[in-house]
Amino acid sequence: MTLRLKKILLLMTPLAIALSFATAPVQAADTDLSLSDQGIQTSADGGLLEALMFYACAGVTLACGFAICLSKNIVRMAVYLFGTLAAVALMYFLLLANFIGVIQLIVYAGGTLILLIFGVMLTSKSPWAKFEVKRSELIAAGIVCALFAGMLLFVVVNAEWPLETDAVVVGSSMTQFGTGLLTDYLVPFEAISVLLLVVMIGAAYMARQE
Amino acid sequence: MTQFSVPWKQSPPLEYRGPARGIVALARMVYTMATPIVSRFPGPILLGAIVGGTLLVWAHWMLFGWVETIAASDVNGAAQSVWGQTLTTAEIGAYLDSHSIVASGILKYLLWPLQLELLRDLVGLGAIFGLFNLIPVYAIWWERKVAGRIQSRMGPMRVGGWHGWAQSFADGVKLVGKEDLVPEQADAMLFRVAPYLAFVPSLLAFLCLPLGSYWVFRNVDVALIFIIAMVGVEVVGVIVAGWASNNKWSVYGAMREACQMVSYEIPMTTVLLIPIMTAGTLNMVQIGDMQTGGWFSWNAFHNPFTFIAFITYYIASLANCKRAPFDLPESESELVAGFHTEYSGFRWALFFFAEYAAMFVVSALAVTLFLGAWHTPIPATWAFEEDSIVKIFLNGVLFSSPFWFIFKCFIFIYIQLWIRWTLPRIRIDQVLYSCVQVMFPIACVALVGHAVWMVLLDGTVVSDIIRWILGLLTAAVTFGFLSVAAFGYRNGRQMVGYLAVKQLPGA
Repeated sequence: MTLRLKKILLLMTPLAIALSFATAPVQAADTDLSLSDQGIQTSADGGLLEALMFYACAGVTLACGFAICLSKNIVRMAVYLFGTLAAVALMYFLLLANFIGVIQLIVYAGGTLILLIFGVMLTSKSPWAKFEVKRSELIAAGIVCALFAGMLLFVVVNAEWPLETDAVVVGSSMTQFGTGLLTDYLVPFEAISVLLLVVMIGAAYMARQE
Repeated sequence: MTQFSVPWKQSPPLEYRGPARGIVALARMVYTMATPIVSRFPGPILLGAIVGGTLLVWAHWMLFGWVETIAASDVNGAAQSVWGQTLTTAEIGAYLDSHSIVASGILKYLLWPLQLELLRDLVGLGAIFGLFNLIPVYAIWWERKVAGRIQSRMGPMRVGGWHGWAQSFADGVKLVGKEDLVPEQADAMLFRVAPYLAFVPSLLAFLCLPLGSYWVFRNVDVALIFIIAMVGVEVVGVIVAGWASNNKWSVYGAMREACQMVSYEIPMTTVLLIPIMTAGTLNMVQIGDMQTGGWFSWNAFHNPFTFIAFITYYIASLANCKRAPFDLPESESELVAGFHTEYSGFRWALFFFAEYAAMFVVSALAVTLFLGAWHTPIPATWAFEEDSIVKIFLNGVLFSSPFWFIFKCFIFIYIQLWIRWTLPRIRIDQVLYSCVQVMFPIACVALVGHAVWMVLLDGTVVSDIIRWILGLLTAAVTFGFLSVAAFGYRNGRQMVGYLAVKQLPGA
């Protein structure tokens, strides 16, 4: 019984992901889901404030990211991670992607991060949970990071970066988002929710006392 | 300063120097001048403050409206920019002259800066920050008065004269003056940061909170989930504070807060889907504007499921801003104030500002989503024709106004205080049981039921009848409660019987 359940769960996870990718419509690019609301106007001469805000957010993101890498205290790391997530959410707001920004705050900052700190509290043996890195782990992480940085650099150098878009802002992005999820993107949406169900069943199974 | 005679050596009291000295002298002067007047005429001053506030709000709205009219009638018709170069003082003066408004020579210079978006934002931010500071100050004073009355004592009576109205300000001055202690074994950096992690999100929630159709700082299309996110993020500060204190009680408090918050967010958010489904939008202003038709068109009376949703939301929101009976994170009697045991002074005050502001925010959500937002129980269609200033004013007061919104929110804050001082705290296992096995199933049933109702019965006669029954029932309960309360207030001493003392000490 248990083995079968594990097998089913393990099988369903990649299936759900594959299904969600396979059924997503190809013309995803022409419906921009993350555009403005009525309240904020995209003013051309507000460029200075916008640029200042962008560099401030980027600076906070980078600084907090480095702090995560350099810190050894897990709870402090979580707080720095909060800084990174909040700054990225602000960046989304700057790009007028309000919904993504708010979801970033509610899911990652308000949910995942709290669970992270909660987990540390429940599992740590000493009052100050230290995080020590072995040399072999450092080397492996360095290789992966170098590969990833190389890939990012390749993309940054080779991609086209258009400074203007032709996308027209019509109404609230929320309406487009909801309509999109329940019409064009219904099957991937449902597949993702199957993935969540799998995760929940797995968690409930592991938490159960035999 | 009185020097007490003590046998040991005493250092002289610290003197304020520089600007601090001037500020202290000013505060002392204002206090000594205001106290006799306030204690002599409390009623007229309260009335005057309300009328003055209304006039201020109205004048500010009229000035901004004027500038917008002028900008709209501008020949260039250009949109206002951030730095505002569209209108010159000459153009404003010409417009004022053409409408034969007096003192246009000075007015045009006064009106010119109002077209700058940056200035408008600064005015709005100032207003929000003022509101954010005033609400906790008065909610704390009120909590102490309500607690006192429930426990048959007077509460704060001395500071400022009339019913200790300046007590919270005095407490604030005291807290700012206190030493900023960090325990030796604590994680000093996190300990210092944590109060701000709780304070800033609850301030940010006010950015999207509409006090009226036009009374909102940013009319964002995702305002509702933004506010929920901010109330949720506030917990990070509490958890970090408990952890960084390096104190068993504080960590217990933080852990309780974490598991309570994470579990109660689920029924709360599920239940909030119901008014969102009714309105079809996440924009708080639009949700409020949909409930203009008076008492019976408020969302709570839409159908039985929305009514259940309203009550479930209110209970979940109590847990969400850690009020009794869910105040386990800071339970004074068992955890010695839980997560803020080690805090003192200004950082401690920040936690209280965050908590009372969160109480206002969750009440505001209940009011906006379920109880007609800033609308009065009178239908907006009964409004007067706006042909004179008096009628415009009456319309503002009677049909939709920020003051009604704040009044309704304070009714819910009062219920929170009332519950806190009359109900015992429940155990942590009962908290989690009531969330997972009671509230969440109720929320799910209400959600599905509401969806079915929307498809099958919305707009039919049955729906109207149910709405009227629910509205009348709630009205009857409210009036019954008010009449019992009034009777009790009038005959309080007789009802308590021989336990009552004719004159309470300090009265």
